[in-house]
Amino acid sequence: MQQAASKPVHDPDVQVTTSGDGTRVVRLSGAWDIRAIESRARSLQSALESAGAVSAADWDLSQIQRFDHIGAMLVWRAWGRCRPMKLRLRHEHEIFFGACEGSAGAGALAAPRLDPLAPVVALGRGVLAAAGHALEILQLFGQLLLDAAAIVPRPHLRPWREFSAGIYTIGAQALGITALVGFLIGVVLSYLSAEQLRLVGADVYIVNILGIGIIRELGPVVCSILVAGRSGSAITAQLGVMRVTEELDALSVMGISRTVRLILPKVAAIAVALPLLVLWTCAVALLGGAVSARFQLGMSTLQFFSRLPAAVPEFNLWLGVSKGVVFGVLIALVACHFGLRIKPNTESLAAGTTRSVVTSITAVILADAILAVIFSDVGWS
Amino acid sequence: MGDAVVEVKGLWTVFGDLVVHRDLDLSVRRGEVLSLVGGSGSGKSVLLRQMLALERPYRGSVRVFDVPIHSCDVRLFKRIRKRWGVLFQQGALYSALSVFDNVALPLRELHAFDEDFIRDIVMLQLDAVGIDKVHSSTMPADLSGGMVKRVALARALVLEPELVFLDEPTAGLDPDRSEGFVKLIRDLHDRLSFTVIMATHDLDTLVSVSDRIAVLADQKVVVCGTLKEVVEYDHPFIRNFFLGERGARALSAAPALQRA
Repeated sequence: MQQAASKPVHDPDVQVTTSGDGTRVVRLSGAWDIRAIESRARSLQSALESAGAVSAADWDLSQIQRFDHIGAMLVWRAWGRCRPMKLRLRHEHEIFFGACEGSAGAGALAAPRLDPLAPVVALGRGVLAAAGHALEILQLFGQLLLDAAAIVPRPHLRPWREFSAGIYTIGAQALGITALVGFLIGVVLSYLSAEQLRLVGADVYIVNILGIGIIRELGPVVCSILVAGRSGSAITAQLGVMRVTEELDALSVMGISRTVRLILPKVAAIAVALPLLVLWTCAVALLGGAVSARFQLGMSTLQFFSRLPAAVPEFNLWLGVSKGVVFGVLIALVACHFGLRIKPNTESLAAGTTRSVVTSITAVILADAILAVIFSDVGWS
Repeated sequence: MGDAVVEVKGLWTVFGDLVVHRDLDLSVRRGEVLSLVGGSGSGKSVLLRQMLALERPYRGSVRVFDVPIHSCDVRLFKRIRKRWGVLFQQGALYSALSVFDNVALPLRELHAFDEDFIRDIVMLQLDAVGIDKVHSSTMPADLSGGMVKRVALARALVLEPELVFLDEPTAGLDPDRSEGFVKLIRDLHDRLSFTVIMATHDLDTLVSVSDRIAVLADQKVVVCGTLKEVVEYDHPFIRNFFLGERGARALSAAPALQRA
């Protein structure tokens, strides 16, 4: 290094000369380290390859000023991975070729084979995986019911603190966003319906449309989708990071059940908080609808709300709230299931969180469709 | 002066009211293995991070390869970064990439070499740190602690650095593995003659690898010299660290002191 500092360091160079007795000599000079090669790798590679094609050449590497594995590998490949017959090399550069020789057998990696049936296999795997997940979520639910039964006679085991923390983060902190979204949906729905109803002169039915639509369908579904995005992803990520940091294992070692301490309070908190959020969202959405109706149809807000009980039978309210409970349990179960399956690496954390949110939203909409069919002839005025 | 690879001058590190370093000076010579020792909270890791420009000192300058890294041009700093390699305490392998891709990443980032060549170099580096090629497609999560360190070392060395930072290289390894890893570092250092700056707690590592030792205590480098010079320096931390029962055992194995 000191030597190199005192002498000017030249660019890497390849020269092919013919000596007196007719043998060709390939002479390398200058710096052959990564810093010098980096900017001109391809041209050096082709120069070396054309030099290497000369058969029975002498190689003179003694003029090389700096050398490293990268430079050695370039030369080594030009030699066709074996030493030439005649070679002049500085002693201190010997080790780099030693390393190249040492890893000689390492070149071949098996290339992945293309399987024509791969898409079919992938589809089959996907279906089996989905069925497996559904089964495991069912098992988790069963485990939770057993746990819940087990802690009924033992009040000291009930995780109240985690439960109330869950109510706060899942419910109280979501009040703002659900109110905003609910209000805007109410306004938009009311505006669109009012335009249509005015055409047929059925203005008063705006109350029926908004009341049934929001309380029975839109309120629970919109609210659940928001909670799935907000809290479902948070639960999955939290459990996933606990897996990465071995906190889950620490709980097991202390004999603390992770279903009782982590999952049960979350499921219970969502099951309580989501119906309340549904009521809140519906109320704000109806308010938005009433405000919009006032401007579009000139219907006073008082008139709107006094017509509501007659237009929307009480059953719809109970249906909306029950949907909140069902969707909440679904979201929490899916989120916990995927959270517990996260492996300790970043990729798995990202994939698990995505899958959790997508699956819980799909599950909510699927369950909503099933409930709509089941209760299709109840709750109409 | 021109011989110093890293030159720390008048460095202050302050966290809130806590002064970690007060007017600290340190110089690392080309080609040596310098170990940083000090108790917990003495700021070894912070000093290392400041040399890597991951953290900015409160006051003072850090020059690496004679360039003030905290106040130099971005492009110049980019070139500096290609000349150093870092082995983080936990390895810091990218968990989304396989062993092979982890080591290949710095080379690919250069956009200078074709994939075939990169494969040869990666295999060569993995071979040099003693990782079998069957593990090249393994994900970091499936590696043992010792293998993570070896792969991380291969990744740190793949761009042929002139300066290598090792943060607690043997932390979390069993004595046998840690001895093997220290031997590997020593071996590579002897062959490739890079400069090593190492933060460590482990006495055995310290004794067997370091050319010089810098002791961090009282917010500065109290002494920086060979093992013999450091042991003979009178300071409560040194007495505790080197001359306790544990220290005596490690030192008895040190050839430099037996001769002295």
